[in-house]
Amino acid sequence: MALDLKFSPEQQRFRAEVRAWMSAHVPQVPLQTLESEAGFAQHREWERTLARGNFSMITWPREFGGRGANLIDWLIFEEEYYRANAPLRVNQNGIFLLGPTLMEFGTPAQKARFLPRMAAGEEIWAQAWSEPQSGSDLAALRATAVRDGDHYVLKGHKIWSSRAAFADWAFGIFRTDPAAERHRGLSFILVPLRHPGVRVRGIRQIHGEPGFAEIFFEEARVPLDHRLGDEGAGWHIAMATAGFERGLMLRSPARFQVAAQRLVQLWRRRSDAADPALIGRVTQAWMDAEAYALNTYRTASRLMAGGSIGVEASLNKIFWSELDLDLHRTAMSLLGAQAELLAKDPAAGDLGSWLEGFIFSLAGPIYAGTNEIQRNLIAERLLGLPRA
Amino acid sequence: MMAGALRELAADLCAPEHLRAVFDGRDSGSEARWRRLADLGLFGVLAPPEAGGVGLQDADFVLLAEECGRAALPEPLSEQAAVAVPALQDLAAEPAAAALLPRLVAGEARIAVAHPQNPLVNVPPGVTHWLLCTSERVALAATGEVGCVAAASVDAGRRLFVPELTAAAGVTLARGACAQAVGARALGRGALYSAAQCLGLAERMLGLAADYAKERVQFGKPIGTYQAIKHHLSSVAVKLEFARPVVYAAVTRVADADVRAEAAVSHAKLAAGDAADLAARTAIQVHGAMGYSWELDLHFYMKRAWALQGIWGDRNFHARRLQSLVCGGALGLGPDQTFARTA
Repeated sequence: MALDLKFSPEQQRFRAEVRAWMSAHVPQVPLQTLESEAGFAQHREWERTLARGNFSMITWPREFGGRGANLIDWLIFEEEYYRANAPLRVNQNGIFLLGPTLMEFGTPAQKARFLPRMAAGEEIWAQAWSEPQSGSDLAALRATAVRDGDHYVLKGHKIWSSRAAFADWAFGIFRTDPAAERHRGLSFILVPLRHPGVRVRGIRQIHGEPGFAEIFFEEARVPLDHRLGDEGAGWHIAMATAGFERGLMLRSPARFQVAAQRLVQLWRRRSDAADPALIGRVTQAWMDAEAYALNTYRTASRLMAGGSIGVEASLNKIFWSELDLDLHRTAMSLLGAQAELLAKDPAAGDLGSWLEGFIFSLAGPIYAGTNEIQRNLIAERLLGLPRA
Repeated sequence: MMAGALRELAADLCAPEHLRAVFDGRDSGSEARWRRLADLGLFGVLAPPEAGGVGLQDADFVLLAEECGRAALPEPLSEQAAVAVPALQDLAAEPAAAALLPRLVAGEARIAVAHPQNPLVNVPPGVTHWLLCTSERVALAATGEVGCVAAASVDAGRRLFVPELTAAAGVTLARGACAQAVGARALGRGALYSAAQCLGLAERMLGLAADYAKERVQFGKPIGTYQAIKHHLSSVAVKLEFARPVVYAAVTRVADADVRAEAAVSHAKLAAGDAADLAARTAIQVHGAMGYSWELDLHFYMKRAWALQGIWGDRNFHARRLQSLVCGGALGLGPDQTFARTA
């Protein structure tokens, strides 16, 4: 059993191509946060720049705006992307979650309608899963979609919808069979957010910006062909989407490897005054980022050989979210008295982004299914423990 | 295939009843196990065909080491087959090394390895030779030439001795830089295969604890229905899942003996050791008072996991070595470095 990789000349050429393109195109001045209106617009423009370079979603087929690249190429791309300090992907809900779901469950017409515009950065997507009374217990959701001729009429209230404050579209599940309970009678529906009967209200997050939003559906009408998959199959499709989210693509290892590298650099600057125990935590962050990378390459190889991701997605999600949190908590400890400074304060210098990263890392164990729920899934599906 | 054969051996000759005999000081069938290991050709997995071996690679041995861990095999298969045999193969230009190799492969010679990072040595039954690695020399000595003091381990499956390393003992096979390189590779393989055993041990203990959680009923339900138990065990599963690729990556570097090999091996030893340590800590808690009893099988595996933390470089050694490589600047960092072959 060996885990090794010798990149082929084609793969090395591709890495060089991405590296050169990134160095020519990544904005010199960091963009404003994508949680703000101005920052969102800047990030949308960056998605268009990526699309012009045909780099927005390289693993997709060419007809949908991709390059038909395999998963190893994708990992190489991501390594160069994060090495270049390129902006966060404002359309990640679309390209990483809905995209693969559409690829698997969409009709040819739906794929042609939605995927190319997603890849081009023309339509930015939000997710609309949670409701005020159904967070971890998603199957308790109440929002309804009632047929009226060739349309659904949507009613209900979604909340904590990432990106929804400024996005164009949302995907979510709605109850199409009011008599059915829990996981049954749900359908997966795509909804335009600037649309009669749809009202969006941003929610300020702990960093002060409206990162997610509430969405009120007040008899919004959407055509039946905006439903993905069969009526009543929404739960099954949503679980596939959640699998993509926790699985391979949303958090590629390069993101954490670059962060760990920066943490090592921070430790070098601060080592004279640092608690000696911190070198252990810094090294642990590097170890975990490396372990996550190795495991991702292993998973990618398995998928390319025809395998699939099952409960491993839950193991993954716990590992990357806890690694990200530990890494940023370590950075906060190293920063000491400076840790509380906002990035915009001149005194923060080049260290202010750690605070933003730390605050974001606190969300990791919560979104994409809380880590407590993931631990239940692992216990039941991997270890065979009985359900409560 | 070989791993399957070793698993069968463990089922026949290294089941909990055999380990109980070990811990109660009775004859556990050590000779029978050693002969079967030899019959299966497992001492020669890494040896070339000329020496009677199979001529395979470290990547082929790692699953065998996992099986050793899973069974808490008392005999030091890894040390003979995957530390001493490759070391002597490196030194096969020396007649004494070349002559001993086929006898080690056949299992008829039995070797213990002394190394500065390994003050306590698990010695095979009926040991015939010592491989002595110091910073000055590598030497081969007959058992009678090396003074030994027996030591008592919490893990009764380890027959511990403290060798007295004298400058003159045995036939010198290498000196200076060559000796240091051989010693470094021995340490690398010793640590790597200890890490692989930790994977097997962690899996074994996780399985025992999960099985117990399904059976043990309290408050009218199996305790495995409770989230407190589920979450403990899931955390072990996460640790184990992400230690495994680190060990499998270190396998591809261990022969290099450069800074990347050192980092990969130390990472593997730490990650797998931590997984086994958490598995042990969690398994005893999930078993409740049962887990604290001598009758239950768990303690065999738990004690082996504790012991492996300390051999071939303890946690302090590997943590400090890795900290210095990562934070000191000797190791290239960053996302394009995962599979790089140069520092």
